Amino acid sequence: MSVQATARITAAPDGCGSTALPVLESDGPLALRRTRSAAAGRARVTVVGAMSAPLGGDRLAVEVRAEAGARLTVDSAAATVALPGAAQDAGPASYDIRIEAGPGAEVRWLPEQLVCAHRSALTMTTRAELAPTARLVLREEQVLGRHGEPTGTLTTRLTVHRAGRPLLDQQLAYGPGASGGWDGPAVLGGHRAVGQLLVVDPAYEEEPVPPTSLGPTAVLTPLTGPGVLVTALAPDARLLRGLLDEALERLSPR
Amino acid sequence: MTTRAALLVLADGRFPAGGHAHSGGAEPAVAAGRIRDAQDLADYCLGRLHTTGLTSAALAAAAAHGLDPLALDEAADARTPSPALRAVARKLGRQLMRAARATWPSAELAALAAARPRGAHQPVVLGLTARAAGLGPEDAAHCVAYETVSGPATAVVRLLSLDPFEATAVLARLTPALDRVAAQAAAAAREGIGALPAASAPLLDITAEAHAAWPVRLFAS
Repeated sequence: MSVQATARITAAPDGCGSTALPVLESDGPLALRRTRSAAAGRARVTVVGAMSAPLGGDRLAVEVRAEAGARLTVDSAAATVALPGAAQDAGPASYDIRIEAGPGAEVRWLPEQLVCAHRSALTMTTRAELAPTARLVLREEQVLGRHGEPTGTLTTRLTVHRAGRPLLDQQLAYGPGASGGWDGPAVLGGHRAVGQLLVVDPAYEEEPVPPTSLGPTAVLTPLTGPGVLVTALAPDARLLRGLLDEALERLSPR
Repeated sequence: MTTRAALLVLADGRFPAGGHAHSGGAEPAVAAGRIRDAQDLADYCLGRLHTTGLTSAALAAAAAHGLDPLALDEAADARTPSPALRAVARKLGRQLMRAARATWPSAELAALAAARPRGAHQPVVLGLTARAAGLGPEDAAHCVAYETVSGPATAVVRLLSLDPFEATAVLARLTPALDRVAAQAAAAAREGIGALPAASAPLLDITAEAHAAWPVRLFAS
């Protein structure tokens, strides 16, 4: 039996210099907890995987809205593991993330890795709509297969609009269900962990970040618009996180 | 209809649009040891075709279909995170624009040239060129899909001293995949700009920036 669930978070200034969460709705396997934030003025929500998901056929979604001036961090307690469903014909699971950030709002979306287990099939869509003065820090990490096993099939799409105009649109497809060449010398070159770190900050309009090579398998690239994308490949999840942490450190406000 | 011959003219490697100076990312892939023989070249071309090839082919098909070229140019920017690759795409677009306006002059080409004097993304210019030449969206997509693999194949012949017959055999074996990608690109273009694919290849983005900074290189990209 596949699951359909949508969790919702709305963050808004509480009027006393901090951020309140007028909406915090868990649903099905997506349990949300307000957790202690390290930064003043910021709310933090942790997605707690209350049961193993997504399985084949599941349709999961998280909707995040940060109203004008709100500051919100969303992270997760553990990696998300895409697993095959019990039913052979369940079809791929879907996991949709919607992020909306209003004027002056800041959203930090920093979940743990997405692990594609053998025989799993998942379509993940992340869509962010940003006001011109909104800030976004977004990290995505895909780990192809648990330790020592072949990967499942994963398709991800990351679409970011700022002030209604396209800023970034990227689609990645890996695994037995993907088109040929995904593992080859143009795409992954045999790497099993892939990550993106996107930082959108209107400050980049004044102070653009130059493109920077972060070693043989990672690069920091300024987008057309006030955004920077870090693209990284690594043999495993731990090394990938190291590359992205270093990049995040480099991009953190001075 | 004379379109089949027009397609040959546009797709000809000797069409004076400057593509021969680019390896499509093959030069850094050879340097990193990721392309060592014809089999690696085939894997490389297949991966490039299904990622940036599909994305570019769909942009070209959409321009040939008559979608707004400026909106497509913006969509191309959003699909090209690497500034080095954006610069290459615009430079090739500018060169193609010159050749296209001399070959198949059209008001639409002139308007895009005026709006983007430093060059629009090459697939968008190619789509408009195809349109000016009386070709259809799928023709434009075929042209771009083929360039996606023919560029690296030609470059690898020079970079590895690979047997040109072997490189051409690689291209010949890719033709069914080229047809599928062109059809997929044209189908997406018919659905409108919101349906265009955005398939990307992490290694192509990662290596493009480092390659652009090499002091000495055989190919511009």
